[in-house]
Amino acid sequence: MMRRLTQLTAALGLFAVAAMAYAGGPLEGITEKQATNWHAIIMFCIFVAMTMGITYWAASRTKSTADFYTAGGGITGFQNGMAIAGDYMSAATLLGLTAMVYTQGYDGYIYMLAFFAGWPIILFLMAERLRNLGKFTFSDITAYRLDQGKVRTMAAISSLTVVCFYLIAQMVGAGQLIKLLFGLDYNVAIFAVGILMMVYVTFGGMVATTWVQIIKAGMLLCGGTLVMVLAFSQFDFSFQNLLEKATAVHKLGAKLMYPGSLLADPVTAISLGLGLMFGTAGLPHILMRFFTVTDAKEARKSVLYASGFVAYFFNVIFIMGLCGILIVGQTPEFFEGGVVGAKMIGGGNMVAMHLAKAVGGNMLLGFLAAVAFATILAVVSGLALAGASAISHDLYARVIMKGQASEAKEIRVSKIATICLGFVAIVLGILFEKQNIAFMVGLAFGVAAAANFPVLILSMYWKGLTTRGALFGGYGGLVSAVLFVVFSKSVWVDVLHNAAPLFPYTQPALFAMPLAFLLAYIFSKTDSSVRAGKEIEAFEDQYVRAQTGYGASGASSH
Amino acid sequence: MSSAIYERMRANPKFQELVAKRGRFAWTLAFVVLSMFYGFVMVVAFNPAALGQPVSEGSMLTVGVAVELFMFIFFWALTAVYVKRANTEFDALTQEIVKEAWKENK
Repeated sequence: MMRRLTQLTAALGLFAVAAMAYAGGPLEGITEKQATNWHAIIMFCIFVAMTMGITYWAASRTKSTADFYTAGGGITGFQNGMAIAGDYMSAATLLGLTAMVYTQGYDGYIYMLAFFAGWPIILFLMAERLRNLGKFTFSDITAYRLDQGKVRTMAAISSLTVVCFYLIAQMVGAGQLIKLLFGLDYNVAIFAVGILMMVYVTFGGMVATTWVQIIKAGMLLCGGTLVMVLAFSQFDFSFQNLLEKATAVHKLGAKLMYPGSLLADPVTAISLGLGLMFGTAGLPHILMRFFTVTDAKEARKSVLYASGFVAYFFNVIFIMGLCGILIVGQTPEFFEGGVVGAKMIGGGNMVAMHLAKAVGGNMLLGFLAAVAFATILAVVSGLALAGASAISHDLYARVIMKGQASEAKEIRVSKIATICLGFVAIVLGILFEKQNIAFMVGLAFGVAAAANFPVLILSMYWKGLTTRGALFGGYGGLVSAVLFVVFSKSVWVDVLHNAAPLFPYTQPALFAMPLAFLLAYIFSKTDSSVRAGKEIEAFEDQYVRAQTGYGASGASSH
Repeated sequence: MSSAIYERMRANPKFQELVAKRGRFAWTLAFVVLSMFYGFVMVVAFNPAALGQPVSEGSMLTVGVAVELFMFIFFWALTAVYVKRANTEFDALTQEIVKEAWKENK
């Protein structure tokens, strides 16, 4: 184990050297060559070295499946709150939402509230039941009293779909970021992220992933706050002053602070609101975090801390985006060819990075870049772990082996799955290079809201749910959400180059989510099999356990 | 897991009390959050101009920004209220229920 890690570290060192050499060479496509940013490279290397150290330490503590999937269930509420915030505030959030405020103004802020508002709901209605019923994956809950094989297969498939959508957003962000910083080829950057992620997850499992999340959440909060304070100080910390100047120069003018084009029609606005709110409650990598704490008490605390950090940080991003309109948007050096209003260097998602450079020079740019990169690695790792556990814990151990697989074998399968997912992420990242990443995250949430959330919440609250209903609801939600996305403008026209979209709206949740609930209801109600009767009876015990936590899987002792 | 012990817990009036109290509390808070949030989304959808108005004459702070900032703070305050009550009152009640079910077991 140690030798392999050493080799990997050496390989990564080589990669960094290659990156530096690369940055000196001529580049196609970018008219203004990026100077090698040594601050960024050094800070990035320090982060990688530090996290490799943690991974090495974590590898020695990861023996059982419980260690691998949930860090033995021994994470405290505060640590888990940081890690959830780390999982949730992805690079897509930092880069994409800053860019959204920069271009759309107030629309970006609406987006952020929708991202946030799911958290109180998760706490009030789900957190304690999740912890009391689940063990490793959220399918433990949906399959609690239903047909293990069929329901887990369904949950695993929809988990993997959500994971893939979310991975696209993260990988695209990573590629653009590294391209900007190192002057590296986009595809090479994508490979680097994919491979580093495989190392963290396969060696360190949930322990390493959690600590990478915690460290990066701390770095992100500090880095973001610093940039915001430095930028805002140029306007004497006056919101009035900032907005007067921003609306004066922005192409939207006074409309900057109106809900605008992004949410042009009511259907899109409501659909987005639903998708972001209930999508949070259906993201497999977030749900999985609830199983890493000792009990329901700590699970609740983690939501309190996580939502506090998230709310704070979204407001920081809002100010950052507004400051960017003036500080970045009016500075020729950040645009290709040195013309204000031309294409932004590094792409539209780079506002936050340019802002850091403008207010804090290369040092701050380097720090924020390292943070953003760390963020991508951490989130991608969390996603990969959630995807891998769906494959190994649900599909392999429970469906294929019917619970007869040994722990060692199950862990081996999840490691192989992680590596496969790494390559899937790389391919998807390359295919979707041009997408706006905040938008891609929105879609991932839409699918999670339609495919995972309805069945999960029904299995916890509705006695009448049967296997048949769960299957129709789950698959129905998944298929309809994915089809709505594929037929919408963002895929059908922008990716597949067809003339007109088949489905007029870009957000699927408003249509796919009620459909999933309806299907689950109808097919449960009409299910009069003996099996269904038993499943309904089994709800009583599940209900007591969900309420009291008696019989819940506890923390494993070390 | 033994069904008998769950049966006893369910029969305990304290269990009914816990479920009723916590359920009512959680759903009330959830209702507040959902109605405020979706009320806001409806305004975004059907009357966006209202959110672009300044809070007072000459101010650049718009109604929309003020309302949203309030919701960020208020929703978080609600989570704090819930966690406080659930981690003290409701958890104590839960522990009693489990303990009593165990005692009867012996």
